[in-house]
Amino acid sequence: MGQTISEKIISKHVGYKVHAGELVISNVDGAMASDTTGPLTIKAFREMGGKKVFDPNKCALIIDHAAPSPNERIANLHKMMRDFAKEQGMRLFEIGEGICHQVMVENQYVKPGDIFIGADSHTPTYGALNAFACGVGSTDLAATMMTGKIWLKVPQTIKITCNGKLQEGVTAKDLILFLVGKVTVSGATYQAIEFCGEAFEGLSLASRMTIANMSSEMGAKTGIVHPKGLELDYDFSVVTPDEDATYIKTFEFDVSGLEPQVSAPESPDNVHNISNYEGTKINYAFIGTCCNGRLEDLDIAAQILKGKKIHPDVRMVIAPASQSVLLDAMSNGTMKTLIEAGASLITSGCGPCVGTHQGVPADGEVVISAANRNFRGRMGNPNSNIYLGAPSTVAASALEGQISNPKKYLV
Amino acid sequence: MGKVQTTITAKAHVYGDHIDTDRIIPGKYTKTLDLSTLANHVLEDLDPNFNKEVQQGDILVAGINFGCGSSREQAPLALKQAGVSVVIARDFARIFFRNAINIGLPVLEIADHNIKKGAKLEIDLKSGSVKDLTANISYTATKLPDIMISILNEGGLVNYLKKNGNYSL
Repeated sequence: MGQTISEKIISKHVGYKVHAGELVISNVDGAMASDTTGPLTIKAFREMGGKKVFDPNKCALIIDHAAPSPNERIANLHKMMRDFAKEQGMRLFEIGEGICHQVMVENQYVKPGDIFIGADSHTPTYGALNAFACGVGSTDLAATMMTGKIWLKVPQTIKITCNGKLQEGVTAKDLILFLVGKVTVSGATYQAIEFCGEAFEGLSLASRMTIANMSSEMGAKTGIVHPKGLELDYDFSVVTPDEDATYIKTFEFDVSGLEPQVSAPESPDNVHNISNYEGTKINYAFIGTCCNGRLEDLDIAAQILKGKKIHPDVRMVIAPASQSVLLDAMSNGTMKTLIEAGASLITSGCGPCVGTHQGVPADGEVVISAANRNFRGRMGNPNSNIYLGAPSTVAASALEGQISNPKKYLV
Repeated sequence: MGKVQTTITAKAHVYGDHIDTDRIIPGKYTKTLDLSTLANHVLEDLDPNFNKEVQQGDILVAGINFGCGSSREQAPLALKQAGVSVVIARDFARIFFRNAINIGLPVLEIADHNIKKGAKLEIDLKSGSVKDLTANISYTATKLPDIMISILNEGGLVNYLKKNGNYSL
């Protein structure tokens, strides 16, 4: 009986052949928590009798959700994380070093074929690397840090095949928004997704991360991009599905004619062709997050904004996904272009996406964001509306003061 | 059932589908270890009256995909701290489902329930039976995996690991 990628990765970790539906206790290759989930993780770790994390080189804490601290309460939680990391001899990624998922990939805490557990719902991002990565809450993560293990139900897998190449000016974000719209926010609950087909094969690692990242917007346990075409700057071996693997559901799309996509308030699966929303006035444009804060995202925005000024009624916020992304965007001139166009640069981290600080919208305002969630209140104000789009769409919209198709600036 | 009360009779507060964790507890309130802060803001963007109306032991009832979105354990913690004794939904988002069990908040999946606001429910957690005393209808919840029952029996994952030191199937 053939196996999916998830079944193969879990089998390798438990030492026997598993199939969907089986309960397993598996070793993990890495674990991390952010400053939203870390303090409760530390509290639970101590309460459950934890003394030492299972391997300090495989565990990390990242201060990214409210960094730098906006008030004394959060400052004290950050201190609690720093103290714990020092005590355990594990790495703490400081304010500004970057978003948890970006720094885990950049620093090779996760590699192809790994099982990684993160106390953040966007942990499936590492499916870009052909890893089995799941988001959990704080107590689960504390248990994993203590035992080096996780209990899992081996998931059934949904196979999504996308044939054809994306048109020029259409990006991985447009593709994944389209897929979230088709599968819906609960269409993959408890399940894994495999993304395969020509449309994914030519994608960069950054674009693959954008794809895998939004698996969680379909409710998936994990989302793994087929490794065909994957390029990394170290040697690696990959896991591919058997031809006779069993899938619970299959989707097949020809995406060669796909247009830029927009997700309208207030659910990520409320996805439409951009033409449905072109002309919608915006107040605020945001590029960043674990979904779309990487160099290629900032570069495409700079390509659109080069030598121009954003609309006078719009403010634009940029949060690079990591310090490394920021440095690259400084070296290649992208950051200068964006700031000259009128954008405001904030600390690498989650920034306004989680509604804690660094750019909360006002009542009645409309945001176009390169993030992955537009739930009511997501950015800190339930009386604002959030549209999601590609970084290219955010840049074109910032320029015109209304939701705008970026293709005319790119083709 | 050890540290979790096994029979509950209480009032249902009923909401719809896809209640995300931002609506259960907005991100701006999550960075705290003070559980009363969480309880004070629970569900405020969905129903500002919930916090005033909920009584200790009450039951939260929802449609599909309850708890979708972020991994914040503050969501089930906020509900539990506010007095909610059980959450019933047609189905749950997976991280919320695990988190609730891990902190000792029982969750029951009943795919076809038709429970209305204000209904009086009688729940037996051991058997998973739910009687809607107002509408006179009985339901049976989907059985939890054995390991979740063991975790819930201990009142949550902290106590489970304190007792066992490791996982076992």
